[in-house]
Amino acid sequence: MKWHAAFKGQRMILICSLAVLVFFGVALLAPWIAPHNPVKVDLLQKLKGPSMDHWLGTDHLGRDQLSRLIYGARISLGFAAMIFVSSLLIGIVVGAVAGYVGGWVDSILMRLCEGIMAFPNLVLVLGIVGIFGPGLMQVLLALMMVQWVYYARICRNMVVSLKERNFIAAARISGSSTWSIIRRHIIPNVQRPIVVIGTLEMGWAIMDISALSFLGLGIQPPNAEWGAMIHEGTSYIRSHPELMIYPGLLILIVVMVFNILGEALSDKYGIAKR
Amino acid sequence: MIGYIGKRMIAIIPIVFIATLVTFGLIHLSPVDPAEAYLTAAHIYPTPEVLEQKRHEFGLDQPLWTQYMHTLQKIARLDFGTSYLTNQPVWNEVVSRMPATAELALWSMLFSVIVSVPLGILAAVYRNSWIDMVSRAISYLGASIPQFWLGYLLIFFFSVKLDLLPVEGRGSWQNLVLPTVALSLVLIAVYTRLLRSSMLEQMQETYVQYARMRGLRERTIMLKHVLKLAITPLITGMGINLGKLLTGTIIVEQVFSWPGFGRYFVDAIFNRDIPVIQCYVFLAACLFILCNLLVDLVQLYMDPRISSKGRAEH
Repeated sequence: MKWHAAFKGQRMILICSLAVLVFFGVALLAPWIAPHNPVKVDLLQKLKGPSMDHWLGTDHLGRDQLSRLIYGARISLGFAAMIFVSSLLIGIVVGAVAGYVGGWVDSILMRLCEGIMAFPNLVLVLGIVGIFGPGLMQVLLALMMVQWVYYARICRNMVVSLKERNFIAAARISGSSTWSIIRRHIIPNVQRPIVVIGTLEMGWAIMDISALSFLGLGIQPPNAEWGAMIHEGTSYIRSHPELMIYPGLLILIVVMVFNILGEALSDKYGIAKR
Repeated sequence: MIGYIGKRMIAIIPIVFIATLVTFGLIHLSPVDPAEAYLTAAHIYPTPEVLEQKRHEFGLDQPLWTQYMHTLQKIARLDFGTSYLTNQPVWNEVVSRMPATAELALWSMLFSVIVSVPLGILAAVYRNSWIDMVSRAISYLGASIPQFWLGYLLIFFFSVKLDLLPVEGRGSWQNLVLPTVALSLVLIAVYTRLLRSSMLEQMQETYVQYARMRGLRERTIMLKHVLKLAITPLITGMGINLGKLLTGTIIVEQVFSWPGFGRYFVDAIFNRDIPVIQCYVFLAACLFILCNLLVDLVQLYMDPRISSKGRAEH
């Protein structure tokens, strides 16, 4: 039974990881896979049903729906990955410094994290976007400014608990510098929780990006993004509901894969989620 | 116990303070000049003289420290300035829109508790049965479905196809149904999983075995003993997930044209109505902090041991 459960978890991780690879593959290869130009307007072909030329039909400006969905993956996954990498870097540096140096530096940095966490996530993101103005770069910046605190906290707690362990003390006695201890001994130890949080975070970031684009604050027309496509599709909800159904379904599938993967990994590593 | 409550009260002061600092900092990090934003929103052409006059009026020519102290004093008097767009005090507009949002939020909370408590209990008691699978499916769905899309799906099925419920607006109970459901799914997902896992945890305890040996009925054990202890994490979870509820109202209000605070906030973002944005962000933080405090107090009431050992870990 135990062996079976372990195997089941692994299989889940395998399937989801493959799915994630496929998503990223599609996003990277979009120009070669997509049958049409996603922003090319052809009013003669508007709101057409599925055909050999347009597998999923066309939208209100005659743009190929399938190509737009494929290009949308680039925005959602690409920006989510960028947010992940940048907030992770900030988080690791701040967390490692806070945990390792300790004292008042630690207090100030952690109070700052608590202050940011006092705001509901999307509210602060919307506030930042509201002040800096709509646009994908501003959304990226805002999400990054909010997300790094979670990594910083994990890192800091890990570092604090690792700091007093023997192998760190040994490294210090043997004359390693602070920076090389952080790099060689502490970072490898915080990898697992970061992988778990990072996977879940990808799902949240994709959701947040699509929500902001839906509100009209993220991507600006005519670029394809799933949330923005849903928004455009809602005007045709009576006659062509599929225009809003397909992109939503894609968001649902992609986010769900990241969530299941994150959950399976956290079970496997025995790490609590945030 | 009083000491613990006092400590918790004092601990929120610096967090509120940081919240004011963040909201204040937002404006000054911004590339937008508030005076210019005001004039644009009011459709006045920004000549240098008018700009200068507005800057002076807003106190933007004073040092940052003075401006911050001034902002603090105003916040303490619940004065969040006047909206650039309507020239009304922001606080009055907020108060007039609050009931709509509160109505939606409270109904959603109620609805999600009504659904998730029985579902969570059943999923724990009949572990790995079909009902547990259903609860698991709901939790994955709720965590992964974009709320605005769910809203439009509901509109599509119940308003367009079946023509049962109105698409938008507020007033009758029919208007309330779809937004409440759209807002609740994510909460149901979280609450059900929380209750299930804390029920399972409690069921491992020896007092359950003892109660079984005493010959109590399984139903009595579950509902009277296990549930009573297992519900505490759910209450905590409700406080922690308040953020989900708040951001949910922003999106759901937009989908269903619900005349609440969230929609007012989104409109303000488009119009660069800075005082409104500032006010929303600050109030959201305060609400969040207050709810967390409330949760702590409820927890303390339910499990007085906490005051000696500190806040329970979840």
